Amino acid sequence: MTLLDVRHLSVAFGGIQAVSDVALRMAHGQIVTVIGPNGAGKTTLLSAIAGIIPASGSVTFGGVDLARHTVESRVAGGLSLVPEKRELFAGMTVAENLRLGGWRLRAQGFRAATRAMDECYALFPRLAERRGQRAGTLSGGERQMLAMARALMAKPTLLMLDEPSLGLAPLIVRDIFRTIRALRETGVSILLVEQNARAALAISDYGYVLEGGRIALEGDGAALAADPRIVEMYLGTAAR
Amino acid sequence: MDQSIFLILLQDGVVNGAIYALLALCLVMVFAVTRVILIPQGELVSFAALTYATLDTGHVPASLYLLGGLGGAAFLRAAWAKRGTALLWLAVETLVLPAGIAGVTVWLAPQKPGVAVEVLLALAITAPLAPYLYRLAFQPLANASVLVLLVASVGAHLALGGLGLLIFGPEGSRGPGFSTAMLSLGDQVVPGQSLWILGLTLTAMAGLYLFFEFTLLGTALRAVAVNRLGARLVGIRTEQAGLIAFTLAGILGALSGVLVAPLTTIYYDSGFLIGLKGFVAAIVGGLASYPLAVLAALVVGLVESFSAFWASAFKEVIVFTVIIPVLLWRSWRHQDLEDEE
Ligand SMILES: Nc1ncnc2c1ncn2[C@@H]1O[C@H](COP(=O)(O)OP(=O)(O)O)[C@@H](O)[C@H]1O
Ligand SMILES: [Mg+2]
Repeated sequence: MTLLDVRHLSVAFGGIQAVSDVALRMAHGQIVTVIGPNGAGKTTLLSAIAGIIPASGSVTFGGVDLARHTVESRVAGGLSLVPEKRELFAGMTVAENLRLGGWRLRAQGFRAATRAMDECYALFPRLAERRGQRAGTLSGGERQMLAMARALMAKPTLLMLDEPSLGLAPLIVRDIFRTIRALRETGVSILLVEQNARAALAISDYGYVLEGGRIALEGDGAALAADPRIVEMYLGTAAR
Repeated sequence: MDQSIFLILLQDGVVNGAIYALLALCLVMVFAVTRVILIPQGELVSFAALTYATLDTGHVPASLYLLGGLGGAAFLRAAWAKRGTALLWLAVETLVLPAGIAGVTVWLAPQKPGVAVEVLLALAITAPLAPYLYRLAFQPLANASVLVLLVASVGAHLALGGLGLLIFGPEGSRGPGFSTAMLSLGDQVVPGQSLWILGLTLTAMAGLYLFFEFTLLGTALRAVAVNRLGARLVGIRTEQAGLIAFTLAGILGALSGVLVAPLTTIYYDSGFLIGLKGFVAAIVGGLASYPLAVLAALVVGLVESFSAFWASAFKEVIVFTVIIPVLLWRSWRHQDLEDEE
């Protein structure tokens, strides 16, 4: 069943075409990855799907056309984004950030939110240790965990992650990817944007390669990882 | 100056400072959440004071027209984007509520229901003006620059000022005190009204603190203030947050109005000067710090009260002059910060 259906999506910044005529589909329960070099338009693509920036073309989510939906109503509909810059509430504690993440659950009462917080702490034990600490004082890895946990508090159907491994130590990156896989087991679909192509493709059902704002290549995760062009461009050196 | 005069001036300064503090808090909060510098706050103060004074004479205040008119306009401005239950709620908020308040006022006012009821009626009539104003003038500009919002704010101030003259006329009036009691503390006599003012402002401040620290809604408002995009990404609607911030500012602005009404004669435009003193305090706090704003408001109140004693003709001049060194110091520090970056 199609969960997300993006067609003819284009975004221009003052005449510069950042994303051109992109088509992207994913089904319920999948992990789909978009890889591509810096400046390819990956962040722009996710921002447009989330409704942060205006775009032409169509985005259909769960059968609903999102054209007239704001960021907030997309979140209410189960579509959450963890942005590249995390956008945490820096002066607030970890616990407050999570509570706000559960804004969508507010009608279900304090208990439901507390239960969701406990699930987040179980998923990210580091956050449980730091629950009283201000978000601005966390390490990069902890910030990423908090950003993911905050988005999960809204119980999204589709979680979009923009470069979750950016700037993190290899050990933490491994943790993050393990968590992403565990999330899929709980029924959350994931649209992942990564420069760490090897790790991302390894856990993906399907992948897209974005170059210069266009889809250059697409295919099954395993097939893409084995594609000679990908190997040469993104997996060639063992740098990552 | 002997000790008893000193104590009287001190008391005056603190009482006025408490009111300025309340207004300063609103300005800081509204700016943080919506980036609007709420200049029409002063009109709310005037309107609440004059409404309260009119109610005490047993007449129905003409500000009910303003309530109904602004509510209706807010409805029309916001309605075309809404459907279904959202439209129903909008109608309750902007049409049914003013009608209900008007009904109760017309019924109660001629009976001279006493100070407590009159205060509540004055609050009910004046406070909703702020959220209606938000729907009408500021929500449609939510993504505009601070400067555009400031221009809209000045526009709203001028428009409300004109309407105030139309509704209340050029005469001033004074509301009744909440209490005629006089307490003696040693040689010092403290009017009951001063205690009411201090008690109510402190209660309001404590309420604000508890709301922002301990409720989900208050935390959500802080979240919008510190990171708008982050707030939107967890599903908080920034325009709803703005509406709540304006509602709080409406309630506290109206409260300030009924609190000053017994202290001095209020004209349709007196609120502007009172609001400006709250604004000075808010600026000293950088439009960002609540404790600094409260502290600065007390200093403004004290400077005003002592300069009224020594050089009463220059009272306002002195009050607004003390802001200059503070602004200089601020811009100095701001430059230092920029250099560091
Ligand atoms: N707000 C913006 N204004 C102007 N140009 C932008 C903006 N955001 C991104 N771009 C441009 O769009 C292109 C794609 O950027 P981005 O989506 O951030 O790429 P990626 O996330 O793949 O690194 C880049 O050329 C970038 O310079
Ligand atoms: Mg990017």
